[in-house]
Amino acid sequence: MQKRSLLRLAALATLSTAVATVSAVPSARAQNESLKIGFVGVTSGPAAAWGISNVRSMEALAAMLNEEGGVRIGDKTYDVEIVTFDDQKDPKRAIAGMEKMAQEGIHYVVGPNVDDGAAAVRPVAEQNGIIYIPYAFPKELYSPPASNAVLGMVANYQSGPAIYKYLKENEGVETVAFVSANESDPLSQRDSGVAAAKELGLEVVSDNVTYQVDTTDFTPVLTPVIRENPDLLVLSGVAPANAPQLIRSARELGYEGLISTETAQDAQVLSEGAGELANGFISVGGASTPEIASDRMNAFVDRYTKMFGEYNDESNTKVYALQYILDTLAAAPEAVDDVEAFKAAMDGFEAPNPFMKGEDAKLHYVGSSSFGQKRQLAVPLVVNVYRDGAFETLFVAEVD
Amino acid sequence: MEQILANGLYLGAQYALIALGLTLIFALMNVLNFAHGQMYVLGGFVTYTVYGQLGLPFFVALGCSALTLAVVGALIERFLFRPVLARSHREESSMLLAAGIAFFMDAVILLVFGEKQRGVPKIVGGVLNWDFRLIMPYDRILIGVLALLSIAAFILFMSYSRTGRALRAMAQDRVAAQLMGVDVDRYAMIGFALGAMLAGLVGGLLVTITGVNLGMGGPTSIKAFLMVMIGGAGVISGAIAGGFILGMMESVGLTLLSAYGDITYLVIFASLMVFLAIRPQGLMGKPWG
Repeated sequence: MQKRSLLRLAALATLSTAVATVSAVPSARAQNESLKIGFVGVTSGPAAAWGISNVRSMEALAAMLNEEGGVRIGDKTYDVEIVTFDDQKDPKRAIAGMEKMAQEGIHYVVGPNVDDGAAAVRPVAEQNGIIYIPYAFPKELYSPPASNAVLGMVANYQSGPAIYKYLKENEGVETVAFVSANESDPLSQRDSGVAAAKELGLEVVSDNVTYQVDTTDFTPVLTPVIRENPDLLVLSGVAPANAPQLIRSARELGYEGLISTETAQDAQVLSEGAGELANGFISVGGASTPEIASDRMNAFVDRYTKMFGEYNDESNTKVYALQYILDTLAAAPEAVDDVEAFKAAMDGFEAPNPFMKGEDAKLHYVGSSSFGQKRQLAVPLVVNVYRDGAFETLFVAEVD
Repeated sequence: MEQILANGLYLGAQYALIALGLTLIFALMNVLNFAHGQMYVLGGFVTYTVYGQLGLPFFVALGCSALTLAVVGALIERFLFRPVLARSHREESSMLLAAGIAFFMDAVILLVFGEKQRGVPKIVGGVLNWDFRLIMPYDRILIGVLALLSIAAFILFMSYSRTGRALRAMAQDRVAAQLMGVDVDRYAMIGFALGAMLAGLVGGLLVTITGVNLGMGGPTSIKAFLMVMIGGAGVISGAIAGGFILGMMESVGLTLLSAYGDITYLVIFASLMVFLAIRPQGLMGKPWG
C-alpha cells in the first residue's frame, strides 16, 4: 500500500512538472496574440499520409514563422497556432470538425482532403463564416454561388490534359489505359482523365478496371489492363501508399510503357516500394526540385525534417495553403475576423512566392476559367519524373 | 487460366497464414482479436526496420518479426486479456479490449514508423514468364512457398508437439483440459503468443511484396475474419480452407469480372451472405461452437 502511494506521488510529481513545463512555454512568447488556423482532414487510416503531410506542413511553417517573431497583420503581430481535427475520411466527422472550428472562432481552415468531406462541410463553413481550402476537385465547390472554398492544389482536370499533351507530343503516346481505386475521388479523376485523353485524340484502351482502396496485391488487378499494352498507363488519383505497388506489379507483368498520375507522390516511398522499377514514373509535384526551389523552400524542408524526422514530398504543395492565408490576411488585415474582406481581397491579391526561385514567382489566386471566379491557389503545376530516388522537373506550367 | 490459378494460390497461401493466428486465438480464448491486423502491420514494420533499414539478412528480420510479435502477444494476453476475462464473462468486454488494443497499436505505429508507405528491397530478382501465359516474379513464388511451409510447420507443431496437443485440448474443452493437468493460463499465453507470432511472420513475409503502411491493419483484420467465417471459427483446417477460397475467389473475380467494374468484393460478400444463411457455422465449424 505504501509502495502504491509512493508510486502515485511520483506520478503526480512527474505530471505536475510536465504541466508546469508546458505552461511555461507560451508565457515566454506571451507578447504576441495567437492567430488560430484550423485543419480538418484525414490523419488516420489508409489515407493518413494525405492529411498528415498537411498538418505537418502547417506546423513546420508556423514554427518557422513564430520563431522569426510572428506574423505581422495590420498593426498586430500574431503567433500562428494550428488547431487540427482528424475527420478519418468520414464526411460526418468532417462536419463535426468544421463545427469545432466554428466554436473556437476559427475563420480559416485547411482541408478536407477528399471530395465527399469537402462537400459535406460546405453548409457549416458558409453559415459560420469560414474560408476553407480543400484538396478536392468538384467544380461546384468553387463555382458561384459557392464562395467559401478555395482549391488548394492543381486539379486533375487541369494537370491531366497538360501531361497527356506533353506525352503525346514528346513521347509519341497514342493509346492510354486508366486504373483507379473504387472511391469517389479517384473515380471522378479517372472520368475526367478519360474525357481529356479522348479530347486530345488519344485512344483509351481500358478505363473500367478499378481496385478496392485496401488492396495490397495488384497483380490480379493489373493483369487484364497490361494485356491491352497501352502506351501510357494512368493511375488516376492514386494514393502514395498504392503507387509503388501498382508500378511494381505493372513492370513485373512486363509492361514497358509510360506510367503517370495527377496526384502528388513521395520519392522515398517510390524508392522503397518499387526501387528502379519506378524510374520514369510521372507525377505532379510542388516546388522543391533543385531547379526551382528557393532558399525558403529548402529551409522549410529542413525544418520539417528536423521536427518530424522525415520529409514528405507531398508537402511541396501542401505548404502553400497556410502561406496564402497569412499573406492574404496581411494584405487585408480586417479579414482576420471578416471572411468577406478576405474574399474581396482575393481578386487583386499578389505577393512574392517565397518557395520558388525567381522574382516572377508570385502568389495569387486563379480559377477564373475553371470556376468562373478566383477560388484556387496558384500553386505551380510542376510535372515531375522519378529517377533513381529523386524527382526531376519534367516541365512547369501554370493553371488559368 | 494459369495466371488466375497462380494468383489465387499465392493469395490463398498468404491469406491462410493470416487467418491461422486469428482462428487459433479464437479457438483457445473465445476472443475476437480485432488487433490481429495491427499485429500483422507491426510484423511488417519490424522486418522493414531490420532488413530494409539496418541491412541485416531477410531471414534474421523475419525471425525478429516473429519473436517481437510473440512477446507482444504474450504480454497482451498476460496483462490485458487475462485480467479482463477473469473478471468479466461478457463477450463484449474482450471485444472492446481488442478494439482498444487495435487503436492503441495504430497510434504507436504512427508515432514510431510514421504515416508513409514503407517497402524493402526485393529478396529475389527476376520474373518467371511462361510464354506470357503465366507471369510470376520469383520473389512472389518464394514468399508463397515460405507461406505454405509455415502453414505445414504450424500444422505439424499443433499435431505432434506436446504444446500443440495441449493447445488443441484447450480448444476442444478448456475445463476438461484443466482437469487433465493442462496449465490453461500458461497455454493460453503461449497460444496467444503463437497467434500473434503468425501475424508477425506473415507481416514480415509480405512486406517484401506489398510493403506496409499504417492503414493496412483494419482491412487485414476484416479479411481475416472473412476467411475464418468461411472456414468455421476456431477450426485450423477451416482457416486454411477459408484463406485459399478467398484468394481464389479474388483472383477469379478480379480477372473475369473486371469488365463490369469493381464488383469482385460485392460478389464475394453477397456469396458469403448466402453461404452463411445456409451454413452459419462455416465449412468446417460445428453449429454448437
